[in-house]
Amino acid sequence: MDFGAINPVVLFASLMVASTPILLAAIGELVVEKSGVLNLGVEGMMITGAICGFAIAVETGSPTLGFIAAMAGGAALSLVFGFLTQVLMSNQVATGLALTLFGLGFSALIGQGYVGTKPPATDRLNLGVLSDIPILGRMLFSHDLIVYLSLALVATVWAFLRFTRAGLILRAVGENHDAAHALGYKVVRIRLAAIAFGGACAGLGGAYLSLVRVPQWTEGMTSGAGWIALAIVVFASWRAGRVLLGAYLFGGVAVLQLNLQAAGLAVPVELLSASPYLVTILVLVIMSADRGRAALNAPASLGRVFHAST
Amino acid sequence: MTALLTVEGLTKAYPGVVANDRVSFDIAEGEVHALLGENGAGKSTLVKMIYGLVQPDAGQMTLRGTAYAPSEPSAARAAGVAMVFQHFSLFDALNVAENIALGMEHPPPMRRLAARIREVSETYGLPLKPGRLVGDLSAGERQRVEIIRCLLQDPKLLIMDEPTSVLTPQEVGILFATLRKLAAEGTAILYISHKLEEIRTLCDRATILRRGRVVDSCNPREKSAAELAEMMVGAKLTAPSRAGVSPGEVVLEVSELSLPSANPFGTSLRDISFSVRAGEILGVGGVAGNGQDELLAALSGEAPVAPGAVRLKGQPIGSLGPSPRRRIAVLAAPEERLGHAAAPDMSLTENALLTAAIREGLAARGFLKWPAAKAFAEKVIEAFDVRTPGPGNAARSLSGGNLQKFVIGREVLQRPEVLVVNQPTWGVDASAAASIRQALLDLAESGTAVIVISQDLDELMEISDRFAALNEGRLSSPRPAKGLTLEEIGLMMGGAHDMEVAHVAE
Repeated sequence: MDFGAINPVVLFASLMVASTPILLAAIGELVVEKSGVLNLGVEGMMITGAICGFAIAVETGSPTLGFIAAMAGGAALSLVFGFLTQVLMSNQVATGLALTLFGLGFSALIGQGYVGTKPPATDRLNLGVLSDIPILGRMLFSHDLIVYLSLALVATVWAFLRFTRAGLILRAVGENHDAAHALGYKVVRIRLAAIAFGGACAGLGGAYLSLVRVPQWTEGMTSGAGWIALAIVVFASWRAGRVLLGAYLFGGVAVLQLNLQAAGLAVPVELLSASPYLVTILVLVIMSADRGRAALNAPASLGRVFHAST
Repeated sequence: MTALLTVEGLTKAYPGVVANDRVSFDIAEGEVHALLGENGAGKSTLVKMIYGLVQPDAGQMTLRGTAYAPSEPSAARAAGVAMVFQHFSLFDALNVAENIALGMEHPPPMRRLAARIREVSETYGLPLKPGRLVGDLSAGERQRVEIIRCLLQDPKLLIMDEPTSVLTPQEVGILFATLRKLAAEGTAILYISHKLEEIRTLCDRATILRRGRVVDSCNPREKSAAELAEMMVGAKLTAPSRAGVSPGEVVLEVSELSLPSANPFGTSLRDISFSVRAGEILGVGGVAGNGQDELLAALSGEAPVAPGAVRLKGQPIGSLGPSPRRRIAVLAAPEERLGHAAAPDMSLTENALLTAAIREGLAARGFLKWPAAKAFAEKVIEAFDVRTPGPGNAARSLSGGNLQKFVIGREVLQRPEVLVVNQPTWGVDASAAASIRQALLDLAESGTAVIVISQDLDELMEISDRFAALNEGRLSSPRPAKGLTLEEIGLMMGGAHDMEVAHVAE
């Protein structure tokens, strides 16, 4: 065993990269659930975003266009879910599961021609002086734009839900859709917007996986990241700050266990591979153990079908 | 007086039913105008059209001399029409100020809004703290939130849909003082209720609706409550009657019953003690959300408690679940008809099976006896005059009153020793309510101990032998119902929850 090979600076830097896909998907799902919709199709939207982004980036040679295409792809798929659940009032759980299965199959179909292809590299952001700070510069200020975008998104979502009128209306719709309707708010329209936002975020997260983190295309490459994002939202009791914590914890343990595997730790590989899932869920469960307070923050209309009966 | 709002020939039809049929009436400035009618008479549809939630099929409205056709509630609010809803349109997990901001077109920044809320709430004697979570407020306080939300928009017409159904008598008094002050300032109030005494004390004029049509209008102060009731129902009503029976042995005894609430906005039961004798009806009053649901759950067995907390003829039964309690004839009918007392999409036969399988022997060795179940459902339908094509119909397809008759009848016909009912006549029309009350009286007469939990004080005074009130999870000690005054009852229910009387315009 050689623990000396594990460099904490590199570890933290790769932690941020490893966490970003899950963070993006989770923060999008947080907004969706706050509006009272349970979209279990995160995994499907992520992988659709991953292949859309990959294909466009390879064809055009521009990662930026790839990321935009990934957001569009994720949002488009989520709007299929939105149409089925909000307009045709289908069951959200069943529709979400179907969305995941559809996304996995659909991405495999498009991706057939792209297996083994190398995507164009995504540039790291040059932050000048900041990037040159010893240790900190390498850890925090030498990433690509998407990493910082995901962090900004967390702060924006937090401020949006807390301080803006639109955020208040979104929370109100998720809390009691009948009352919101009685006050004249357009429940379905607001929810569709939230669903599309969630889809775009999940798509972006997926593309980050295929264009930066891995970077290549393989079938089913999200390997449960979407499900972890869903779990993080619930166990973070629908708080943006805790979503960030949960995502980074997952990413951190994932990177650490890879390093430990490389260092030859005498623990079965299967157990190490499972550790990020176990640790994240465990920590978040303990944090949300105070049932009363966690329930207070849960959107009361979550997953319930809204039928405007006037 | 000049007419503020004129309604002419307003018609709204839903598939299979005409909710409003050429309804015409007018409201003057500063007038308190009552809309009277039974459930299903079309009152709610009418005010929803005035508030822009529903578009009329035909007819027009004029507000202050100009045509008025709101396409959505915000248009109505902009025109000066505000509404306080029957089922509060509030958000539990948001605070008072956020709730109020949601009901305004252009709310000021939160800090200014909080100051405005304090100011207005003091002017009208409705104290409120803007930072409190609405889920923690009492029903009376929640209503204050709704009213202040309306008042902040300076309405010309205030619509109130059944505002007093969840208030104590003291809180009703304060609400009326506030409404009179508003009316004196020139605000017109459209007041919907089926509580006739309230309308007689508060309102200047009444329009009476029956089956979607305006059948009459009058000055309610010149009529007696019985006359108003007859105009409403269109027939003479007979009050339930009972032969005086002296109560027998103590059947059910509850001592020091405590139960923590299962949900964050529920009420925990604290140290509840009472006993009920055979042939006696104990009425449990109180404002909604003071532990009614939890008390029913503890008595029916849905929420197990300490074995000794509930005793049937001396035997501890507190830890038994609903099925073992049914076996020993302790039965219950909960409040929520669709979803708690009955499964909405299952047929009446299946619903009969669900609670009567044990006592009526409708299942043997795990197999269902369909013919016996159908016969039992038919017996309930027959005995309680449930209007339905047959026992094969889904519970959802019945009207509220008919389903309630079925739900109560299903328990009554199982020969209970103890029957607990919660809100037996909520949302039920007058004639069905009368027959349900009569059935409960007859049941008690045959020797059953009956506990009626209700928010309708008139109902409790009419049928109960003794009366107790639930307040924040505690039960007052039961007192004989005969001779109790409204004021005493109000105090038992917790008085006015520290409200002060509005400074009525001097």
